[in-house]
Amino acid sequence: MTDIATMPRSVSFGRRLKRFMADRPLIPLVILLIILVVILQILRPGIVNERWLANTAKFAIPLAILAGCQTMTMLTGGIDLSVGTVATMSAFIMATQIVNQDPAVAFLLAMLPAVLIGLVNGIGVGVFRVHPLIMTLGTSLIGTGFLQVYQRTVIASGAKIPDFLNWLGTGVTYGFPNALLLFVPVAVLIVLMLNRTGFGRLLYAVGDNERAARLSGVRYWQVIVALYILSSLLAGITGLLYIGLIKAPSLSLAEPLVLPSVAAAVIGGTSIFGGRGGYTGTIIGALILTVLTTLLTILQMPEGGRRILFGFIVLFVTAAYLRIVEDR
Amino acid sequence: MTTSPLLDATGVAKNYGAVAALRNASLSVLPGEVHALMGANGAGKSTLVKILTGAIKADAGRILIRGKQLDVRSPAAARRAGLLPVYQEPSLIPDLDVLSNLKLTSTPVEPFRAWVRELGIPDLDIRETARHIPLAVLRVLDLARALAVEPDVLLLDEMTAALPANLAEKVLEVVRRQGDAGRSVIFISHRFVEISALCDRATVLRDGSTVGVVDIEPGVEERIVEMMLGTRIEKARVAARAANEVAVAAGGRSRLSVRNLQLGTKLKDVSFDLANGEVAGVFALEGQGQDELFAALAGSIRPTGGTIDVDGAPVKFSHPSDAIQAGIAYVPGDRTEALAMQRSVRENIALPFSAGLRKWGPIRMRREQVVVSGAIGRLQIDIRAQGEVQRLSGGNQQKVTIARWIAANARTILCFDPTRGIDVGTKQEIYKLLRELAGQGKSVLFYTSEMEEVQRVCDRVIVIFGGRVVDTFPVEEADEAALMRAAYGLPRGVKADVGILADVKPVSNAEAAS
Repeated sequence: MTDIATMPRSVSFGRRLKRFMADRPLIPLVILLIILVVILQILRPGIVNERWLANTAKFAIPLAILAGCQTMTMLTGGIDLSVGTVATMSAFIMATQIVNQDPAVAFLLAMLPAVLIGLVNGIGVGVFRVHPLIMTLGTSLIGTGFLQVYQRTVIASGAKIPDFLNWLGTGVTYGFPNALLLFVPVAVLIVLMLNRTGFGRLLYAVGDNERAARLSGVRYWQVIVALYILSSLLAGITGLLYIGLIKAPSLSLAEPLVLPSVAAAVIGGTSIFGGRGGYTGTIIGALILTVLTTLLTILQMPEGGRRILFGFIVLFVTAAYLRIVEDR
Repeated sequence: MTTSPLLDATGVAKNYGAVAALRNASLSVLPGEVHALMGANGAGKSTLVKILTGAIKADAGRILIRGKQLDVRSPAAARRAGLLPVYQEPSLIPDLDVLSNLKLTSTPVEPFRAWVRELGIPDLDIRETARHIPLAVLRVLDLARALAVEPDVLLLDEMTAALPANLAEKVLEVVRRQGDAGRSVIFISHRFVEISALCDRATVLRDGSTVGVVDIEPGVEERIVEMMLGTRIEKARVAARAANEVAVAAGGRSRLSVRNLQLGTKLKDVSFDLANGEVAGVFALEGQGQDELFAALAGSIRPTGGTIDVDGAPVKFSHPSDAIQAGIAYVPGDRTEALAMQRSVRENIALPFSAGLRKWGPIRMRREQVVVSGAIGRLQIDIRAQGEVQRLSGGNQQKVTIARWIAANARTILCFDPTRGIDVGTKQEIYKLLRELAGQGKSVLFYTSEMEEVQRVCDRVIVIFGGRVVDTFPVEEADEAALMRAAYGLPRGVKADVGILADVKPVSNAEAAS
């Protein structure tokens, strides 16, 4: 709370603070997250405990991975709206195929549509220059259609959630959710990839100035195809994690996560116009959205009111954050 | 008795910030006259035209039409006053058909059709969408649209630039007859042949001021070139450089050899060699095909004809990465084309390192740091604001675009006007750097629009006019007068008294006559 107490009154100090924040864009996000948790604690004293923390992490993790897909695609000036469908498909296929298939085979079958949709997205965006919004929306609809057809063929065999996914999705070991075992390596890999690999550099470069990247010898389509396949794979894995958490395979399992995943990346400071942002901000963005959802739930508002408030808060936070961070 | 001028502009000035685009320009056009407006690149022609047609507002000066003071606030106001421009870029809206375009400007259709036929296009379908009409025809349609409203003063900017010979001839004929019909034409062109065939007088601009008005008569082209150059003609030349010997010592080994390169209508026939250890200048007026030449060498556009050899082996570039593979790097004139503005200096310099598929893996940060700081040190880039390239000054940004290829150790650098809009100190540093590169046996192709730079930097200069190489000279002979004459397509060594302006026949005939 001390950070808040020292909020500046004088202009010159404000200017300096702004500069400070602009150089370290994570700080205002962390402050916001702390404020939200504090408000929650004030409204419901005692709610913030070990169990609550583990629970919040469990629900934030699938959102954070999908938001990672958005972060990477948004860095190139794109977006991946097919992540919800891809996650749902892999979850649904896993749950139905595990009934009479070897787990490894079921896993491969579950990841197959992810790779295919990623490839089609990549070719559409990278080669035929379809706008990513339309491209991924289109493949998302097509994927949902295929899933409905597929559902008819497996309706007799039923579905079950593999024990391992159950353990990964809901289990808690020594107070830490098991999902962290998946999330921590994924997050570290994404952060390292964005900052320390040639591919990561190219994502930023292509999103900032495609022509400059081309003049430096970068082949746009290669970057984009690889990117959308990677994004789809991550979405597929998220689907498997999410089915272990929700435990009810349905045809719209991960669909409600799509727009929040975009919101988490934007709140985390990634520009939808490309070239600017990073994954650490996105993770905090996902946590903020999850805590916000809890907060609005305990207010016991009707669903409609909750959504209205959620939308307003997301808009307000994003606008305020950009004002703080943008150095102009 | 003297007729009073139809259009009379005096003391026109225009500043953009600290830069004076026009200082004291005047232009006086008599009724029934075809008047040429001439000047080297950056002399202020386009600014003056924009002011006359109301596209921008002058800071000072007086514009009279038929003796009445006129405040041309907008293109519409200029149009009402009878001043109509035809610009270089086609102005029909691409997604509308011709008829709708005419309605937009309330142009009468029948006169328009008559003019189109007159200009040599007998079978125009005015229901055709403008997008599907070839560029040359679009330009003729622009002219016909202007003629159809019978303006008092018609302003033609490089009207014949994109036209095939038969259409160009018709256009010149029609323009000539405008004059006979008592209307005036302001004709902007780089082609002396056209000007001599068409114009009565010429106004010459230099550095934003009108430096002379001359009657077009045989032999006048020498005076015009002199006026465009001003006192600069006497400026001493830079002494020949030691680097010349390096080039010779390398056995004259050709690094890059271009033969009969063609690209659409812009690049017609360009052949030259670039040797190791050499800085070859390319000098041209605006839009003579130099952009296309550099784009083709950089692998950005595929040429439609001709060959490019690198180190004696033929190459075909289909992507800039092919050119980079061959050691040829392109530094565009426009910095915003080359830089990822929100990224750091380091990332921008290291960008080519990650481009290839095989280099997508982990970056060896320490080694990259060493290479990048080497390049930063060599170019003395001010890295106080290195977090984002957009915070750097223009000169430092330009240095980053070059540093990238120093770090990548490119063997040939294609620099397209690298000193445009940067400060004098940085310019000097870039000149020095290019000379050093040549000294190390690298080769540089250097396009510039400033004649001074040719002498400061180049060993040799290739002059391009109308998509062809018109002349190549060693820097010792490339004084500003010779360059300027070559850039306007005038033959070397022909004296004023020959008067090629009187002779509309091809240049080679005029030369033979001497």
